[in-house]
Amino acid sequence: MTTTEVSWEFFEEEIERPPLTPAQVAWRRFRCHKMALVGVGLLIAIFLYVIVGAFIYSEADANRTDLSITLSPPSRDHPLGTDGTGRCILARTIYGGQISVLIGLSAVIVSVTVGVLIGAISGYYGGHIDAILMRFTEAMFNIPQLFLLILLAKLLSGKIPTFKLLGRSFSGSVIVIIGVIGLTSWMYLARIVRANFLSLKEQEFVTAARCIGSRNFSIIFEHILPNSVAPIVVAATLGVASAIINEAYVSFLGLGVQPPTATWGNMLDQAYHHLDSEPWMWFFPGMLILLTVLGINFVGDGLRDALDPRALTQTE
Amino acid sequence: MTRYIIRRLLQTIPLLLIISVILFVLANKMGDPLASFGGRRRIRSDDRERLTRKLGLDKPILVQYAIWLVGNDWMRVDIDGDGIPDEYGTRKGVLRGDFGKSFMEKRPVLEIIRERVSNTLILMLTCEVVILIFSLLIGIYSALRQYSTLDYVFTAFSFIGYSMPIFWLALILMYIFAVNFKQWGLPYFPTIGMYDLAVGRTVGQIAWHMVLPVATISIMSVAGYSRYVRSQMLEVISQDYIRTAYAKGLPERMVIMGHALKNAALPLVTIVGMDLPLLLSGAVVTESIFAWPGMGRLFWSAAQDTDIPVLMGILVIISALVVIFQIITDITYTFLDPRIRYN
Repeated sequence: MTTTEVSWEFFEEEIERPPLTPAQVAWRRFRCHKMALVGVGLLIAIFLYVIVGAFIYSEADANRTDLSITLSPPSRDHPLGTDGTGRCILARTIYGGQISVLIGLSAVIVSVTVGVLIGAISGYYGGHIDAILMRFTEAMFNIPQLFLLILLAKLLSGKIPTFKLLGRSFSGSVIVIIGVIGLTSWMYLARIVRANFLSLKEQEFVTAARCIGSRNFSIIFEHILPNSVAPIVVAATLGVASAIINEAYVSFLGLGVQPPTATWGNMLDQAYHHLDSEPWMWFFPGMLILLTVLGINFVGDGLRDALDPRALTQTE
Repeated sequence: MTRYIIRRLLQTIPLLLIISVILFVLANKMGDPLASFGGRRRIRSDDRERLTRKLGLDKPILVQYAIWLVGNDWMRVDIDGDGIPDEYGTRKGVLRGDFGKSFMEKRPVLEIIRERVSNTLILMLTCEVVILIFSLLIGIYSALRQYSTLDYVFTAFSFIGYSMPIFWLALILMYIFAVNFKQWGLPYFPTIGMYDLAVGRTVGQIAWHMVLPVATISIMSVAGYSRYVRSQMLEVISQDYIRTAYAKGLPERMVIMGHALKNAALPLVTIVGMDLPLLLSGAVVTESIFAWPGMGRLFWSAAQDTDIPVLMGILVIISALVVIFQIITDITYTFLDPRIRYN
């Protein structure tokens, strides 16, 4: 008898509580995902590193060359050592980290914008527009990304001059790299969004929206798009990780952000020549890339599990 | 089935045309193609004009593309710039198997690529075998001993391996197994090239030089695929037919090998097929680091020299391979998994 009473109380508690919104359910599931929390922790640590670090070291520290201490190993003054022109590696990883994270985030904004636009238009309108856009997407998809990256990076390199923003001067190559990475990684997202739109546009709420006279624009962006936010968020999160890695690839091949602006990627650029004698030059920037990407991948994994609509219906 | 294959093959034609147009425009706008034409010498301006006309670089980009595609031996080319066509062109076009001549080396592109392709294939096929063996072993072990210590260790390593820039992994492997091993007096691995020039191109030399590049590429891929095999295996061993197999008294070994593995390993076929572009582009970086004389490195040096014919040759061949491998993968899949039908 006692067992039934207990379960009744349990049920009453359940009934009194207002139903959870999908966002709350997702948050609860995310909270239980241990790896995702580790990922969040890692990312917070990285953010602190690049932001708090900027209060301790000025950007001038990061770019100051001192030829009397070139290639010196980690010491009290320069905890991570110095590079080939005597710049402090620690200060450079801080400012380089800011640029690398900035590139990762902005490149994803570019790729999400392009991917969502192409996917949405293609899926919503169908017909010839769909055929043309999807052939193009498929073509881009079949060219290995690194090749596209190299071609575009060479094509656009040096086209944008140095500019000033918020009192700091940025090499124009930052914009180029953001564009190049963004424009070579939207294809996957476009496919997901298109597939989502194809199934959603047949549903009743879209017909209803059309009946009350909504324009195509508002149906696409106000009615259908919010319903495909989950896969976009997951793809975008993981996209930041691959954008940071791609920045490193392009920079490693010497086509990335030009010095003196540091990024984790271009700090590794010359690493090859210092492989045996100055390991600190390439170890630390690479380690930071690894930790950041690892953190993002963990969070992305957690988000995928938390936002999975199939899993959502199971708990409700 | 035959109709399906034919339809897929027909679909590749427009796809490859679109791909080649995109690539052609990008490659040609990439930089001054004549910059490296004369090697280290600077080209005189009248030579430059003559060359531009001869190579057709003065024409609109789509005309250049058409010439690249179908050649210009059926039309006259104006070489001295007086507006009167002088002589027939010499190019046959890609459709007839002429990828042009390298701007740098002045040799047919196909000849240059042919020299390199086998080197890349040796590396890639070895990698593919290593990747398959290890991701299956690790994946199956992790699935059968879920939540064991080793499972957690493998999980941790796969996440780390998956999150590393490949060249950084290469640097670390080189540092440990070449630099440090040398210092400690252990046998150390070579980091550059395919074979010792003093010894020559022997099987042993190539194998020995291949260890680090193969390890670099494989670790990255095994990290991803072992997770995949693990989740596939977990799904399969919870199926009814596995329980039936246990119930009729089969030993675990036979259940796993005979029933579970077959079904769990199937999706790996898709992955291996799709893997090609990933491996080939990973090869650009890996081959550059380890100075492996393959396609990836050829691509990279051609990109630096703006050697457009070579670039286009490599890009088109690889893209075509990617498309074709996708079809082969899809078709193999139907043979391996009778539940799937295309129509």
